[in-house]
Amino acid sequence: MLAFVIRRLGVMLVTALVLTFVVFFLTNLPPNLEKLARSEGSVRMTDAAVASWLEEHGHTGSVFYRYAEWLGVAPGWVNTDEKGVTRGLCIGQRDDPALAPKFCGIFQGNWGFSTVFKKTVLYSLGKSMAATGWLMLAVMVVMVPIALVIGVLAGMREGSRTDRVLSTFSIATSATPEYVSGVILVALLASPATGLSPVLASWGWIGGKTLFMGTATSAMDHITFWNFALPVATIALYGVGYIARMTRASMTEVMTQQYIRTARLKGVSFRQVVLRHALRNAMIAPFTVIMLQFPYLLNGVVITETLFNYKGFGWMLVTAAGNNDIEMLLGASVVAVIFVLVTQLISDIGYVFLNPRIRLG
Amino acid sequence: MSNAVWDPSQPILEIENLSISFFTRLREIPAVMDFSCKVMAGEAMGLVGESGCGKSTVALGVMRDLGKNGQIVAGSIKFKGRDLVKMAEEELRHLRGSEIAMIYQEPMASLNPAMKIGAQLIEVPMIHQGMARVQAWALARQIVADVRLPDPDRILNAYPHQLSGGQQQRIVIAMALMSKPALLILDEPTTALDVTVEAGIVDLVKDLGQKYGTSMLFISHNLGLIMDVCDRLCVMYSGEAVETGAVAQVFDDMRHPYTQALFRSIPLPGADKNARPLISIPGNFPLPHERPKGCNFGPRCDYFQAGRCDAGDVAMADVPEGDRHASRCVKWDEIDWHAPPKARVVKEKAPIGKVVLQMDDLKKYYSVSGGAFGGGHAKVVKANETLSFNAHEGETLAIVGESGCGKSTFAKVLMGLETATSGTITLFDEQVQSTPIQQRSVDTVSSVQMVFQNPFDTLNPSMTVGRQIIRALEVFHIGTSDAERTDRMLELLDLVKLPRAFADRMPRQLSGGQKQRVGIARAFAGGAKVVVADEPVSALDVSVQAAVTDLLMDIQRQNKTTLLFISHDLSIVRYLSDRVLVMYLGHVVEMGSTDQVFQPPYHPYTEALLSAVPVADTKVIRKRIVLEGDIPSAMNPPSGCPFQTRCRWKSHVAGGLCDSTMPPVQTLAGGHQIKCHLGADVLAKMDPVITFAAE
Repeated sequence: MLAFVIRRLGVMLVTALVLTFVVFFLTNLPPNLEKLARSEGSVRMTDAAVASWLEEHGHTGSVFYRYAEWLGVAPGWVNTDEKGVTRGLCIGQRDDPALAPKFCGIFQGNWGFSTVFKKTVLYSLGKSMAATGWLMLAVMVVMVPIALVIGVLAGMREGSRTDRVLSTFSIATSATPEYVSGVILVALLASPATGLSPVLASWGWIGGKTLFMGTATSAMDHITFWNFALPVATIALYGVGYIARMTRASMTEVMTQQYIRTARLKGVSFRQVVLRHALRNAMIAPFTVIMLQFPYLLNGVVITETLFNYKGFGWMLVTAAGNNDIEMLLGASVVAVIFVLVTQLISDIGYVFLNPRIRLG
Repeated sequence: MSNAVWDPSQPILEIENLSISFFTRLREIPAVMDFSCKVMAGEAMGLVGESGCGKSTVALGVMRDLGKNGQIVAGSIKFKGRDLVKMAEEELRHLRGSEIAMIYQEPMASLNPAMKIGAQLIEVPMIHQGMARVQAWALARQIVADVRLPDPDRILNAYPHQLSGGQQQRIVIAMALMSKPALLILDEPTTALDVTVEAGIVDLVKDLGQKYGTSMLFISHNLGLIMDVCDRLCVMYSGEAVETGAVAQVFDDMRHPYTQALFRSIPLPGADKNARPLISIPGNFPLPHERPKGCNFGPRCDYFQAGRCDAGDVAMADVPEGDRHASRCVKWDEIDWHAPPKARVVKEKAPIGKVVLQMDDLKKYYSVSGGAFGGGHAKVVKANETLSFNAHEGETLAIVGESGCGKSTFAKVLMGLETATSGTITLFDEQVQSTPIQQRSVDTVSSVQMVFQNPFDTLNPSMTVGRQIIRALEVFHIGTSDAERTDRMLELLDLVKLPRAFADRMPRQLSGGQKQRVGIARAFAGGAKVVVADEPVSALDVSVQAAVTDLLMDIQRQNKTTLLFISHDLSIVRYLSDRVLVMYLGHVVEMGSTDQVFQPPYHPYTEALLSAVPVADTKVIRKRIVLEGDIPSAMNPPSGCPFQTRCRWKSHVAGGLCDSTMPPVQTLAGGHQIKCHLGADVLAKMDPVITFAAE
């Protein structure tokens, strides 16, 4: 077990390095850097001025070396300009250059400074991840149980009416992307002009103008059912359909297995056959899918958070990408890569516990 | 419960005129028609027939578990006087597992992989008797000990995949016995197991039947097994019972042509491939929706008489002198049942030529890692140990052994799918032991070919039969043009006695026996000199087995092919091989001509193997030697002699030599080799396992 985890962690480290390098390379392409120079320095800089600004701020030289600097395995750049001001990667604005450390990359905890948010990357990341964490938690709590129940109910009697109804529902939701379902939900439940809200308001059933709130900005400070339900529903709906389809497929397959017949012919009641004999075996395949759903959620929150103006990871990613915030993007990519790899590790380990026959090697 | 009113002198199970159909979108497919049988208390009833004859459907019909499409369309199934057909689902549930229990063909698939053995066992009394968990656990422990499994506590806490096949089947039996059922249905309970393990299970089933007074419905395609276990039997063909009666009566005085044909197509001791070849049943099993009018067996029957046999439905007729003996044949009274078969053609024995294949000290080791997450020490599996033999042109060399003995590994090394760890393989003066198949010349590849065990999986399902054979010809660079290759392909179809029209068929349109013929045609496409046949007939029905083995023998006579026949079925080995090589845990324990191996002196393992094979002949007296325990793991072989853990002759060797030293190969008279410590005097005194009763 331990050897397996260590080996996997090694593979993960290599994967993370490769992936972050790809992101580093793409965000540090010359046009991006030029844009950075003009936005940080002056929009009217000459090309020569841009080149010298880049030179002074350590954006020239081999991309590998700069990546190593960013990681913190190579000494950070230090430049002294003609005015005698010494700048460096590791030197703060009012720090004494002589006391500054030699290395300062992400390994040393220096994730850089966000040009958009005017805060350190770590601080902005922490804040947005916390916000997204609550959103994802709510989505998982809603999505997984609903999807599993739908999948199991549909799969236990293949071809029955229950199966057809639930399967249609899950196909429909998994065929509806978030930007469609989100808009529909808003129009239906959170618009003062259309959908349910005007009707309810005219009957006097709701105090405000709308049933749900169309924006989740207030949920940043205080989560309530009314400001959080729509973003959660938007993300969960898509996932429900997907996981339910997987669970149903796995459940129908398990229900045709011979050991289910054995259980039935032992006199076990149908309910017990499903709960005791089929369920654990049917959970093995969807478990991987559910764990894969976590990275997918990171992706899904981009649209939903923008739609509902919820300042989480997705919103931040969109803002950072739109404003050429290189260090922020790099920080976000590190978090995303680690997140994906860790969920996959958990998925593999959990699989072994669900399925006694599997031996990882 | 109704047990109180049931009279034990009445049948436990009485099936009357049962008809079961499966309904598809297209049509109704009758699976069982007009089936009747009676099982008395304590009686064991056998159901015999080939695949697709409806025997398993009868069993599932008794359990009322026919799936969504299956339905009982007529007749009644009375269990202790109560009609199961009219019973409500809830009432049925109380009967299942408590009064009627079932044992299945594949033990691994029948046990829940994610539940511990103990949890699966205690469920039965907890549901039916409302027993408390602790008591149920104690009962399970006792029953597990009853089915002769060692260390019950460990077994109860194990998952199914941690047990061997034989142990799993014992658990399935234990599960069936947990609430002492009145009727036990066994559906091919030993088909997936090795013969020596099968012998142990059969003994266990018989003993338990006597101990608990359980009635049994025993389903099998193996006539020998039926004779060992059952009192009465019912022969089924294409959905109908064709003959029923006491076992001895049906075996010795059969009154239905199908029963007779079945017995003539199985290799019994005394059959010989040249002097007394087997007679296969001509034609094919009719598909359920293509059954002929009148007698279903009519088109394949030697005694068929147009106008009578195909006139209308044939009813079961009682055979007067027998004990509840009945036959579904209009002519049973007219046929001379003792007349010898007409169609027997005596064939020439093929001459045996020079040595074409020589194995010398061949070894093949694999290394595997242990531990659930890949940790632990790497272990070495010694799949083949010091394999030395040679094979001659035109000879059939049988390689016999149970699963895990290394016979398939040896085939892989010979074919070049694996390379040898050490030793040499000389094939026509060329050493091939370390040349993988990708590096072998086309000549070498085409001269050594293989016929596989399972014809259903080894043909490409999306390519026509003809195309697959032509593909093989292309690979072997035979023929210069497509036309030439097409001609050669048609000749090959002739060789394997398939109509030329089959060239355009897809594999799914062929029956199992026909598919295997295509497999044989493909193997011989490049003019193979050495053919490795890995259990070529074990997946086929008995009536087809004879035809396919005969075909192999005919091709061998024509082409002087060397046939390496890998099998676990000793009856067929005795029938067709010239020399036999017995393997156990990677070692060759005995080698000699067929007569030498099948007659004493034996290697102790060969002796046990011979005695384990059920023989469907009432005149044969067989010594019962049941081996204790399972085959040891090749990963952790016993010290000294590989067979010492199960050997009953061990006490005849002085000084614990068996435990400590690998026995030497003794060469007896006539080049007969035995790898054993037993002295020549002990070997000489061995009794034959099979003797014929005086007629």
